[in-house]
Amino acid sequence: MMQSNDNHGLRLFLRYLLLVLIAVMFAFPLVFMVMSSFKPDQQLLLDSGNVRAFLPVGDLSFNNYFEAFERAPIGVFIFNSVLVTVVTVVLSLFLCSTAGFAFTFMEWRGRKLAFTIILATLIVPFETIAIPLLLLASKMPWIGFDGLTWGWLNSYRVQIIPFIADGLTIYLFAQYFKDLPGELIEAARVEGASWWQIYRKIVMPLSGPVLATAAILKFLVMYNQYLWPLMVVQQEEYRPVMVGLQYFFQLNIAWGEVMAYLSLITIPVLAFYLYLQKAFIASLASTGVKG
Amino acid sequence: MAAITLKGLKKSYGQAHVIKGVDITIEDGEFVVFVGPSGCGKSTLLRMIAGLEDISAGSLTIGDKVVNDLPPKDRGVAMVFQSYAIFPHMTVRENVAFGLTISGASKEEKDAKVAEAARILQMEHLLDRRPSQLSGGQRQRVAIGRAIVRKPAVFLFDEPLSNLDAALRMDMRMEIGKLHQQLGATMIYVTHDQVEAMTLADKIVVLKDGLVQQIGSPMDLYHRPDNVFVAGFLGSPSMNFLTVDVTEVSGTHATVRNAALDPTSIEIRHPGIVAGGKAKLGLRPQYLNPDDPAGRLHGRVALTERLGSETVIEATLTDGSNLIVALARDAHFPIGQDISLGFDPDMAHLFAA
Repeated sequence: MMQSNDNHGLRLFLRYLLLVLIAVMFAFPLVFMVMSSFKPDQQLLLDSGNVRAFLPVGDLSFNNYFEAFERAPIGVFIFNSVLVTVVTVVLSLFLCSTAGFAFTFMEWRGRKLAFTIILATLIVPFETIAIPLLLLASKMPWIGFDGLTWGWLNSYRVQIIPFIADGLTIYLFAQYFKDLPGELIEAARVEGASWWQIYRKIVMPLSGPVLATAAILKFLVMYNQYLWPLMVVQQEEYRPVMVGLQYFFQLNIAWGEVMAYLSLITIPVLAFYLYLQKAFIASLASTGVKG
Repeated sequence: MAAITLKGLKKSYGQAHVIKGVDITIEDGEFVVFVGPSGCGKSTLLRMIAGLEDISAGSLTIGDKVVNDLPPKDRGVAMVFQSYAIFPHMTVRENVAFGLTISGASKEEKDAKVAEAARILQMEHLLDRRPSQLSGGQRQRVAIGRAIVRKPAVFLFDEPLSNLDAALRMDMRMEIGKLHQQLGATMIYVTHDQVEAMTLADKIVVLKDGLVQQIGSPMDLYHRPDNVFVAGFLGSPSMNFLTVDVTEVSGTHATVRNAALDPTSIEIRHPGIVAGGKAKLGLRPQYLNPDDPAGRLHGRVALTERLGSETVIEATLTDGSNLIVALARDAHFPIGQDISLGFDPDMAHLFAA
């Protein structure tokens, strides 16, 4: 009995040790980034060879942050990225969930073929369609405050619209909807609900987990956009954060400023993740589909 | 008016024909039970009436309107599902009021109707709970509440009690019976449980392999089954069937016998009985009497099950076939004892073999 308790304790200890090691491995780059952002370049380079790199020691100040703000319009970049990302995530959740709904619950001609084609797009890497997409975007019409214009380059819409619908998100929703009890949908139909009402009043309130998953995945993709905005946005006023990183790799690389900039642009991601993590858990707890 | 007429109704999934031409007339206010073994098409038929399955051929009339192509919401039906299908993210009140909310009813109207439904189903105290806080029986009440609150012309029940335990099932069965008396609406009820069918129905429809076997009142079907399937399906324990030789046919009666059965004259009610041929003799276990000195069937006791108020005897007849006897009293028949069973020939059924 005693021995089995010891074994259990040892196993638990080893398990936690392993988990802590993994957590530390993932946390170290972040800690390094934040700590370095407060150090002057010389100290930063000196510290990087030893454990001091991860500790708040030496000559700490906010200088890197002030200088980073002077070097680049960081506020504009963060605003652009957050705007493009949030708008795309919201539109994507709506469009992809309605598409998933139509693929799962509604009967229509060509449904299977259309779904197969959408699934096939999953295996096409973005790089292969980037050039055709660029040509297309450069010639697309748009009706805005200036009337009809041609070409979408240098705008928010060129960063948003091509990414609203994607195969993976539609697939995620369709798969999740397939696992919802079909009788709930049928009961709502018999009770007189239209498809739109079923989507809004039954399916969406039960889709917290998949909404959170799809939102996180989309947020990460959009916030980390680099290649596409680099191709389609030349004007500073529309540039997102990742492209903004270029400002710090010009003549003389100031590593402290790079770290300050990276720390700043990480804040929205962390905030979004923490917010959704709460929503995710709440939605799981309240739906109680099981039972 | 909510009489329902099914005329030549068919349903196919590609080459698989599930409903093969069904004709049923259901009167306004009638309680009709579709009964049959798994896969007989009874649930599919109900779903076709609800509008959840397309109709491949034939016509379906509810009231005086052909509803083949109408969506469920325009058919004036309410449905109670086997899994209850109550919405897990809504309170009981919101669940019951769902149909009213969808149709744009005012808050006062909703409150009044929900309160009335809750009173009928005795669930006033549950209205603010979530489905996850309810027991199976309570969930079933919510599902029924959601159905009655809209006052539909037709109620459809798809095996509503099969997820409940035996005691609760009996309670809910009685409640559904009372509900029918109270509301007077047309109800169609699907079950594979013959006790539910016998106790609830004004009219039973027995289905097998997508075809109607017989339609009639419970007692009609019990006492005058049209075929071996219906005879064997209704009644518990189910009817015994003996293969017998038809030795003589005279007028309305045939004389039958076999190695275990003394020659007996039985009334012919079904076609296909010819002298010199074989036939199936159906005997209900309850109508066999082991104390009859002039017993016509001979065999030996193979097993006795004493339940206190009831005794079930399994006998092996002299022709090697087995037969069940159900006595409505406690009795002891030792295994191996010879037994002679008497029966009233008028209660026996003769079917073509």
